[in-house]
Amino acid sequence: MSSENSTLVKLNNAGFKQNDKWLVEGVSLTVEKGKIVTLIGPNGSGKSTTAKIALGIYKNIEGSVEKYTNKVGYVPQKISIDWTLPLRVYDFMLLTENIKDEAIDEALTLTGVIHLKNKNLGNLSGGEFQRVLIARAISKKPELLVLDEPVQGVDYTGEIALYELIKRISDTLNCGILLISHDLHTVMTATDHVVCLNGHVCCSGSPMDVAKNNEYKTLFGEQASQILSVYEHKHDHVHSDKGEIKKN
Amino acid sequence: MFDDFFIRALIAGLGIALVTGPLGCFVVWRRLSYFGDTLAHSALLGVTLAYSFELNIALSVFIISSLIALILIQLQKKTNLPGDALLGLLAHSSLAVGLVVIGFLTFIRFDIMGLLFGDILAVTTDDLLIIWTGGALILLVLKLIWKPLFASTVNYELAEAEGLNPDRAKAVFTILMAAVIAISIKMVGLLLITGMLIIPAAMARNISDSPQKMVLFSIIGGLLSVLVGLFSSLEFNTSSGPSIIAASLVLFILSLFKIKQSIKLKN
Repeated sequence: MSSENSTLVKLNNAGFKQNDKWLVEGVSLTVEKGKIVTLIGPNGSGKSTTAKIALGIYKNIEGSVEKYTNKVGYVPQKISIDWTLPLRVYDFMLLTENIKDEAIDEALTLTGVIHLKNKNLGNLSGGEFQRVLIARAISKKPELLVLDEPVQGVDYTGEIALYELIKRISDTLNCGILLISHDLHTVMTATDHVVCLNGHVCCSGSPMDVAKNNEYKTLFGEQASQILSVYEHKHDHVHSDKGEIKKN
Repeated sequence: MFDDFFIRALIAGLGIALVTGPLGCFVVWRRLSYFGDTLAHSALLGVTLAYSFELNIALSVFIISSLIALILIQLQKKTNLPGDALLGLLAHSSLAVGLVVIGFLTFIRFDIMGLLFGDILAVTTDDLLIIWTGGALILLVLKLIWKPLFASTVNYELAEAEGLNPDRAKAVFTILMAAVIAISIKMVGLLLITGMLIIPAAMARNISDSPQKMVLFSIIGGLLSVLVGLFSSLEFNTSSGPSIIAASLVLFILSLFKIKQSIKLKN
């Protein structure tokens, strides 16, 4: 498979300026089929902005975005829904595409919220709503999945299960995933490539490379580098120099 | 059958209600009631234009309302004024200019009350044709843009990210608003058209738990309001517009009892 036709979205030196202030600049990254790219960085480092540039939500950007697919699933970080709308979970699942009932049930079952199918969206808890958002994005069987802090508000065990689910989806659907997280530790095993942002790309590479990187350590403090030791004891595989995971 | 003015009014009113039902839901969801008012007020200018140049009233109202919508979009881009101030500016100034122009057109006798509050006697067979073909066209276009319009009403960024082109849907919807005002101005009157859009939809919100149900109840509410309103207008010799709106208000008040029940059930 040549790298050209497996590319889903490619950012070339992309940036976005709002009210004369750069939200993010000089970002280059590529999301390919079956690969998970993770954006990490502190608050205000431009992670969500980068995702929105990749999605084409921001129009007047610097640099360029090449998007090779229209089958996109998006879980935004913040979503404000106006409750003047009577909207059930079921209606929300059909929001951007007409999906078969079986696909809806399947997605809601995978994220563990099938029992909420006919509930009003306004009555859900934060964690429940987050699971519905993920279900909606995957039920479309997208080629590109953009997940902006997808597990916020979800309890810890649920968080791990959801990341495993995301990994499984990337494998079974062979879709590319752009994942945003503020916590490298939890996403490390499920990531092929990490881009660490702080208004610009401060470092990037395999999860191991980034965790070892000095700039990453300064950005996240010494504590962050401790995850490396935890991580190193946990894994059952080695990494190739390209960051690909090989089972032992 | 169309010889009887009342039959004509009924057919016209029912046709309008079929269109204002679904459109009104979007007006409520997207918080556009003041925008609807602005377009409706500017319709007076359209009416004076129609009289001055002997144009079709619906057509000239449609043109002027669309023009005002365009001006509004431009002003929103070019100025720092808040949206409601711009709407107020356009609503009142276009109403004022319309009334001033009427003052100049001394050679034509205007039925101001009819323009403001609707006049069932004024509905002609030609109007029926305009209302039903225009209405069918509006509903058809609304059906075509339903998905992107609804998705962006729920969340703009989701719709944009997943490739639905919400900006185009919004622009088309603005034109539909101008069109519905154009076809209903004679019947309901320019001061009350927004009521016809909002009140049945608001009533429907109280008794629905899904968007489809809300649209359906909004249409039913509009049809009932027209029936009850027109019959009482005939009975008590009141203006058609206020009678229809008052009927829809009664339905709204009745729908409040349903809310009370469902809140009690929850507790």
